[in-house]
Amino acid sequence: MQMTGAKILMECLLEQGVDTVFGYPGGTILNVYDELYRYRGKIRHILTSHEQGASHAADGYARSTGKVGVCFATSGPGCTNLTTGIATAYMDSSPVVFITCNVAENLVGKDSFQEVDITGITMPITKCNYMVRDTAKLADIVREAFAIARGGRPGPVLIDIVKNATAQTAEFTPLPREAHASAGRLGALIKRASHDLRAPEPDLNDVHKLVHMIQASQKPLLICGGGVVRSRADHEFLALAECIDAPVAVTVMGGGGFKGRNPLTTGMIGMHGSQASNMACDSCDLLIAVGCRFSDRVALDPASFASQAQIVQIDIDRSEINKNVQTDHHIIGDAKRVLQMLLDELEPMDHTPWKDYVFSFKTETEYDEGGSTLTPKQITDAIARLMPQDTMVATDVGQHQMWAIQHFHFDYPGQLLTSGGFGTMGFGLGAAIGAKVGNPEKTVIHITGDGSFRMNCNELATEQYYDIPVITFVFNNNTLGMVRQWQTLIYDKRYSETTLDRAPNFVKLAEAYGLRGKRVCNVKELEAAITEAMEWKHGYVIDCAIDQDEMVRPMVGGGSRITQFIID
Amino acid sequence: MDRAVRRSLSVLVDNEAGVLSQVSRLFSRKGYNIESLAVGTTDDPAVSRITIEVLADDKQINLLSNQLRKLLPVHSVKLLHPENAIRRELILIKVSVPTSEIGNRVIQIANIFRASIIDVSPTTLTLAMIGEESKASAIENLVKEFGILELVRTGMIALERGSDTIYEDTKEKGEFNYGKNVL
Repeated sequence: MQMTGAKILMECLLEQGVDTVFGYPGGTILNVYDELYRYRGKIRHILTSHEQGASHAADGYARSTGKVGVCFATSGPGCTNLTTGIATAYMDSSPVVFITCNVAENLVGKDSFQEVDITGITMPITKCNYMVRDTAKLADIVREAFAIARGGRPGPVLIDIVKNATAQTAEFTPLPREAHASAGRLGALIKRASHDLRAPEPDLNDVHKLVHMIQASQKPLLICGGGVVRSRADHEFLALAECIDAPVAVTVMGGGGFKGRNPLTTGMIGMHGSQASNMACDSCDLLIAVGCRFSDRVALDPASFASQAQIVQIDIDRSEINKNVQTDHHIIGDAKRVLQMLLDELEPMDHTPWKDYVFSFKTETEYDEGGSTLTPKQITDAIARLMPQDTMVATDVGQHQMWAIQHFHFDYPGQLLTSGGFGTMGFGLGAAIGAKVGNPEKTVIHITGDGSFRMNCNELATEQYYDIPVITFVFNNNTLGMVRQWQTLIYDKRYSETTLDRAPNFVKLAEAYGLRGKRVCNVKELEAAITEAMEWKHGYVIDCAIDQDEMVRPMVGGGSRITQFIID
Repeated sequence: MDRAVRRSLSVLVDNEAGVLSQVSRLFSRKGYNIESLAVGTTDDPAVSRITIEVLADDKQINLLSNQLRKLLPVHSVKLLHPENAIRRELILIKVSVPTSEIGNRVIQIANIFRASIIDVSPTTLTLAMIGEESKASAIENLVKEFGILELVRTGMIALERGSDTIYEDTKEKGEFNYGKNVL
């Protein structure tokens, strides 16, 4: 059937099962939005305040549902506004398809109004990207893009369509999703010797070797990385940890991959890792990292990292092997599959003496009680006490992020949405909106700081308009807390440009957006506010006063041995 | 061998716009300077072959190869070991020859190196020579005294010796022999 490019795009989205799109219209993408108007019964569009908010919402949607997120934007500033969101998704391996339109073919390359080479700009932050100049190729490219975004190690893909290609017509033949891998350019790509959609089958000899290593180990430690979350391998990971009776340290991206209340967990590892995690890492004889790329926030000093251990890396992406830390053994494959294969061959073990040693160190940090203000622990405790256990938590970046990850006990993959790799301040509100849209039955909260919240608080308008009831907790210390913490510890208390003694009043801001807010300074007020927010069932901002000099503890300095705590 | 030496990578890619920049960008992004680069189509017009030489140690070249293999337009990557690869480059040198005596000396040198004279003008000779770096730099040094007006190199191209080809082994054997790259 002959269809316009815009209509082909809609049909392709439906083929992929897409029912929600986040985005922002503009001149070059008008044809697509015009067609979207006709498809509005089938595809729900969430109009955000800013393209960056849309990119984070699509990302949050993808992370929380495990489906591919979709985001639209126009040419020029529209798509450059996406770039922070694209990089955020790329660093955390989140599957999002970004669809932008560029100026018409006859204007390309002439520095036309709102023209930018977005495929060039996003080359290093996408798995791949496409510029579509021919309507006849559009369907094929969209099918390939979705397969690539979700396949293997997931990640963002960008499709840039020139405006005239959305108006021109071409023959469109519907094709069910199962047939995509054997047709068109995706089929040709897979037939080649180089790439495959299926995860590589783990090498049996590699698995055997690891089984022997585990059997020989007296002091094994497991690291739960983001790959466990992406692969939804939490059950297999739990089974392995219990079978080999090994302590489990969790990375920021691994939050939700291993139940936070399980007695085997030592909590977070790395710069703000618990004493138990970091000490275990330093003294284990076998370290098995699942879906973890040993970033500089985990392996602060690659040379001394787990120096007494044989290091084993399990990853789907072979280019991650030995990238940051030299390993002794590795298995390439999907976490879920590798863990299943290991479980098939392992007998239950007992490592009580080793666990006794590891758990003689603290797995959580104790904080002092606050005076006239709240402590971070009081806030997270009140949330945990009053809100459902399966509440989804989206965070921004900074101290509040670390506190949230240290204190909350996450139970399932997708429960924690945080920008671990790129560290994007302003990620949280968009991500929370995306998560709530994708999981309407879940309670979704947004943990932020006063610095991060300022960055993209305009998305409160989106929350209000679509009535997406996200509860925002602002850990308000009137400063860029994490930067201040570094200034306190490393820069001799020279607080250069980090004090945020300025507007807005977050309660009035919430009210200006048609939401409600409350400023709270003690646990009683906080509990009342949480109760009110949950009863009100709409967007709500709780501005929590905390002390300016509150620190994230413990802390290991960048580049130091993982046990060299600056503060404990 | 764990020091940075010059390594040759042979890369088969889709012959499409933007692919070369995608490949070369990967090197700059990871902080490697490309020592030499040559691109051309293969017997299949849809496929180009890129020969890249970089200074890297064993670990670095493995990481680079694996990252290259992940790029969708990349069909295969092969690290060519110097002992079993033939490497050649074409060098063109335009030499100033103010007198016929100097011209004769340049022609003599060209003959010794089996370089061909491909262009003549009353005051210049242009030599073309195929070889490896050592041969190229030897002739360069010899004609330098007469005055090199211009010099251009194609960049190194390379093939494996013997019957092995890049097609039969798209993945490095041994350590990373896991079949296809997952998309």
